[in-house]
Amino acid sequence: MKSEFTPPIGKISNITGQCISLIGNDIDTDRIIPARFLKCVNFNSLSESVFEDDRKTLKGKHPFDLKENKNASILVVNSNFGCGSSREHAPQALMRWGIKAIIGESFADIFYSNCIAIGIPCFTLPKKSIEEIQNYCDKQSLFLEIDLKNSLAESKDLNFNLEIKESSRKMFLSGEWDATSTLLDNENLIEKKFNQLPYIKFNTNFL
Amino acid sequence: MSQDTLFDKVWDLHKVSSLPGGSDQIFIGLHLIHEVTSPQAFGALKDKNLKVKFPDRTVATVDHIVPTDNQSRPFKDNLAEKMIETLEKNCLEHKIRFFNIGSGNQGIVHVVAPELGLTQPGMTIACGDSHTSTHGAFGSIAFGIGTSQVRDVLASQTLAINKLKVRQIWCDNKLSKGVYAKDLVLHIINKLGVKAGVGFAYEFAGPAIHELSMEERMTICNMSIEGGARCGYINPDEKTFSYIKNKLCAPKNEHWDKALRWWKSLKSDENSIYDDVIKLDASKVEPTVTWGITPGQSISINQQIPLLDELSPNDKLVAKEAYEYMSFKPGQLIKDTPIDVCFIGSCTNGRISDLRVAAKVLKGKKVSKNVKAFAVPGSEKVATEAKQEGIDQIFKNAGFQWREPGCSMCLAMNSDKLIGNQISASSSNRNFKGRQGSPNGRTLLMSPAMVAAAAINGKVSDVREFNNL
Repeated sequence: MKSEFTPPIGKISNITGQCISLIGNDIDTDRIIPARFLKCVNFNSLSESVFEDDRKTLKGKHPFDLKENKNASILVVNSNFGCGSSREHAPQALMRWGIKAIIGESFADIFYSNCIAIGIPCFTLPKKSIEEIQNYCDKQSLFLEIDLKNSLAESKDLNFNLEIKESSRKMFLSGEWDATSTLLDNENLIEKKFNQLPYIKFNTNFL
Repeated sequence: MSQDTLFDKVWDLHKVSSLPGGSDQIFIGLHLIHEVTSPQAFGALKDKNLKVKFPDRTVATVDHIVPTDNQSRPFKDNLAEKMIETLEKNCLEHKIRFFNIGSGNQGIVHVVAPELGLTQPGMTIACGDSHTSTHGAFGSIAFGIGTSQVRDVLASQTLAINKLKVRQIWCDNKLSKGVYAKDLVLHIINKLGVKAGVGFAYEFAGPAIHELSMEERMTICNMSIEGGARCGYINPDEKTFSYIKNKLCAPKNEHWDKALRWWKSLKSDENSIYDDVIKLDASKVEPTVTWGITPGQSISINQQIPLLDELSPNDKLVAKEAYEYMSFKPGQLIKDTPIDVCFIGSCTNGRISDLRVAAKVLKGKKVSKNVKAFAVPGSEKVATEAKQEGIDQIFKNAGFQWREPGCSMCLAMNSDKLIGNQISASSSNRNFKGRQGSPNGRTLLMSPAMVAAAAINGKVSDVREFNNL
């Protein structure tokens, strides 16, 4: 288990860390954090329960239990990672375990939005490159330096041009990924929109 | 890029601004909250010293953690009690309307909002739950969000979000007897795959969709997310309008006329442009059952579980995982698979029409002695209606347990769970590993009629062989 957790804040431009490879397509958020752990009113205690059932099944052999991955912070996954339930508890649990960025073949939409909203950049790479990283991780530790400005991942042996949605990249570089204040900057426009919407007027029974 | 579809129109109408990064700021017309994904959002508001901007645009109910056997307070489960108390406190403090247990309107959030008339065409609807896509059945643009986005909607009534592409799924002809909306949507997800919808909104259209009742349309849109599409919708028509009419929160009198005029103008243009169009023949769809660990791993009732060689390279990895987890052999028939637990309920299939069709199958029959069967109405209203129609008695006489409304064993956050490697026939939406509360529990998704048939025979059965359909 990791030491104390500090959430990311402000601009995110570089992430350096060891990769942890998790093989499998369509890994859903129920697997990342089973529903019984959602019975909480804050996210603080989630890190211990990440992948709880998968880890129990693999009896210590799950990547999140291997000693050599103890300090890893860049998760490498296959396709449609984070599908299913919208629970933000899933990326929150990963983040609290120590994950700071994810590289995968593809991500489910809501999971991706949740990651962006809490400051975990998600990058994509073609299947071949992901497999290359995963094979490498099988044999030895891989330390990557991710440069968000140029969308690059570099290491001693492997280098990749990462893909990331332009809007997400810009938000991380400017620090606007924590969207609340950006949205509230347009308070006048929000009021204006509220007054323009046709259904606001005819929904007098709404409440 | 799509043009002049309903999705484009509703998106443009709600667009507040283009954000510096390139995503859009979208106004959310209706925000629904529940006890699981909202407490941290209210906590974050407090931390940032923010208020709820438009408390009238948010409506709350409690569904995920509620017990379905004994709902008296305090709940036996302390953690569940703490969650409902937190929601009660937050709603009171921020003046948010809350449909609590006993109000007559509590239930699964995606059952409750439509039956209250809150869900309407042309709205944007968000909720911290992936099955928010359900509301698209009314021609609204509705999608699930995470807790940080719940915070953003509470604080600003808007979201930062990238516009989706639009894929039309055109369904020709109509469903045959004994085949339901659930079968159709499982079929669609199987054909397109569980990630085909990533980055897309799905527009369901065509004669087979037009033919469906509003509740069946909700089943279809509900499971868009299982095909990867965060949002699914259907152009509104007369069925939509008459479903909404006279509901508690629906527009009344002169407001109704205004609403109707506007709603009638809301649909994809005949020559609108889609990013993609898929066509399929609904009359070819048969009762469909999942055999694996994703909602895309399904077959028709008379088919065999696919061999590895029959699958595309991309599907093989998950198929191997599924054979092992489910203890099924490739090539094995799904029909006659013994069942331990039958569950009828959920935001997919817990509405009155779902209970009616299951009751038709169950009437005068008995649940197999090897099966534990229970029915969980989607809302207090559904439960009341079922009682008025004598449906609860038909279920009870057949040997079903009749429970109080909630999400129940769809995701097993309460005490309704599979035990060990039990196998369930379930009218819910997800057959993920461990989804129904046991780390090695197994789920077969199917229509409520098929669940009822499985309950009687104690094994996966073809409901078309029941002559009281």
